[in-house]
Amino acid sequence: MSHHSADRTRPPRPSVVDPGTRARHAAYWRKNVRLVGALLLIWAVVSFGLGIVLAEPLNALRFPGTSYPLGFWFAQQGSIYVFVLLIFAYVLVMNRLDREYDVDEGEDG
Amino acid sequence: MNVQAWTFLLVASSFALYIGIAVWSRAGTTREFYVAGSGVSPVANGMATAADWMSAASFISMAGLISFMGYDGSVYLMGWTGGYVLLALLLAPYLRKYGAFTVPDFVGDRYYSQVARMVAVVCAIFVSFTYVAGQMRGVGIVFSRFLEVDVNVGVYIGMAIVFFYAVLGGMKGITYTQVAQYCVLIFAYMVPAIFLSLLITGNPVPQIGLGGVDQASGTALLERLNGLHQELGFAEYTSGTKSTLDVFMITAALMVGTAGLPHVIIRFYTVPRVRDARVSVGWALVFIALLYTTAPAVAVFARTNLLANVAGRPYDQVPEWFTNWEDTGLIGFEDHNGDGRIQFVGPSAVDASGARIENELRIDNDIMVLANPEIAGLPAWVVGLVAAGGLAAALSTAAGLLLVVSTAVSHDLLKRGVKPTISERGELIAARVSAGAAVLVAGYLGVNPPGYVAQTVAFAFGLAASSFFPAIILGIFSRRTTREGAILGMVAGITLTASYIVYFALLHPELNDSRHWWMGISPQGIGTVGMAVNFAVAWTVSRFTPPPPVQVQVLVDLIRVPRGAGAAHEIDA
Repeated sequence: MSHHSADRTRPPRPSVVDPGTRARHAAYWRKNVRLVGALLLIWAVVSFGLGIVLAEPLNALRFPGTSYPLGFWFAQQGSIYVFVLLIFAYVLVMNRLDREYDVDEGEDG
Repeated sequence: MNVQAWTFLLVASSFALYIGIAVWSRAGTTREFYVAGSGVSPVANGMATAADWMSAASFISMAGLISFMGYDGSVYLMGWTGGYVLLALLLAPYLRKYGAFTVPDFVGDRYYSQVARMVAVVCAIFVSFTYVAGQMRGVGIVFSRFLEVDVNVGVYIGMAIVFFYAVLGGMKGITYTQVAQYCVLIFAYMVPAIFLSLLITGNPVPQIGLGGVDQASGTALLERLNGLHQELGFAEYTSGTKSTLDVFMITAALMVGTAGLPHVIIRFYTVPRVRDARVSVGWALVFIALLYTTAPAVAVFARTNLLANVAGRPYDQVPEWFTNWEDTGLIGFEDHNGDGRIQFVGPSAVDASGARIENELRIDNDIMVLANPEIAGLPAWVVGLVAAGGLAAALSTAAGLLLVVSTAVSHDLLKRGVKPTISERGELIAARVSAGAAVLVAGYLGVNPPGYVAQTVAFAFGLAASSFFPAIILGIFSRRTTREGAILGMVAGITLTASYIVYFALLHPELNDSRHWWMGISPQGIGTVGMAVNFAVAWTVSRFTPPPPVQVQVLVDLIRVPRGAGAAHEIDA
């Protein structure tokens, strides 16, 4: 806890930001919303689509190299793996976006 | 050493470890008590979140539940993991940037309203107490089954332990204890699962073994299980019996409910930066996924074993574990037709003449995990390990929930509500006293459990889904959402969800089946409808009410960019 313990009780106080910064923040936010939308689409397709709505027809197929019925695999295994990957994909892209739009945090927040 | 001695040794040493950590990491300030000083590393926080999240139900009951539900059990697997995607993408980074201590803090400030804050406080306390009652009961059950003490004595011992480290250490003590508890519980879960997988499929990785070949019969494991199911008159294991719409709605309600549970959300206030909050959710899900992808394998191993080695056997030739567990009442045989054989059959089983066969075997879900070490023929210390793991799961969840209750009282009700002048020291004392009181109430509920524990858990998720989740999402993503919109949305969502659940679960349990449900949606899945109603009401009302004050709109803009997060703090917006 050593280097974080400096008690910075200053709130993110509302401040007037210049128009350039404001436009940059708006562009950053649009990209963020688009990324979140794309990732949530995959999230929904894998779980609700392949794991639930299409599970019955997909169960006629097998996950390659195993005896898992495909719909059952998506519902009880695959969707969970995809969830993990989605979060780490989001982390990677956002960390890059933060730097690109100069809104990233320093080493200490 | 025998089973009893091993269990005592492992449980006692795990408890000593937790207490040691609590003493080492006790909290000195409210910031340490509420959010561990926002100094926890993302990986450690991920581990603590996983322990916080996985309760006695996940550890002891879930595999058994899936084992009986087959494909339908997927609602729990996807529902209780998919919510973390919503947390990472829609909630955690922004709430961390905002940097308050609690969920009602955010709701109250964003919606510039004490009413909104109080609605949120009441929901947070209700949801947490509903949940914690089940945990204390879980502690009692593990004690009584493995150490042969009375269930109530088990609850008292559990209370004493939680009291010690939650009251003393606050979030800081809880977080580091939970890291240790995660290690204990995952080790205890994986060891029997790996051995069972080796035994049944010859592959040590349960997730791969589940899709592999059954060593005994030489056919694919899942095909063999489906075959056994058909033979004995059960529905096909990999297909399920619930309607697609209901599976859809339950899964969605559990996902959204997970993302709206206050004890999960506040965990992401404890890391130093916004980007730590994002990656920390990822780590949490990795640690959770380890157990959640193993559970369906354990479910199938246990089910196959049960159908192949118990069903149809003469009673005097059952495996040894069956006899061992009969005394606990978790498994029982009643010979209806007096032939000395165990008829374990599904609802559609008929004999050669077409007459219905009566089921003679009664099994409790919990036995699927508890009896695993014996089914796999593992040594005595593994049994003790499972006991320690079950306790770790129950205690870690209970502590996290109690912290939410204590902060709701000391911070949201006192400091931000009725007594804003309270000193730092006074607030810390209030936090400790309310944590202590919460332990006592939880213990009382553990000793005298309400008769409808299962329904109240559905209630907790439904309530979280239909109240917090839309209010927080709109608060971040829609600048235009107003106080009036958010409050009416929450009230509409909760009222709909609560009345549906109360009607079917408490008032008219005899009508609680798919023929009477609205559009075939079960009370478990109604939270999804409540959430949609909340969104719709909040959105519409916001369009017809005066926009939020300028400083709130500026605040929303600031939440949306990571820079300048700083530590969690008081807000004077």
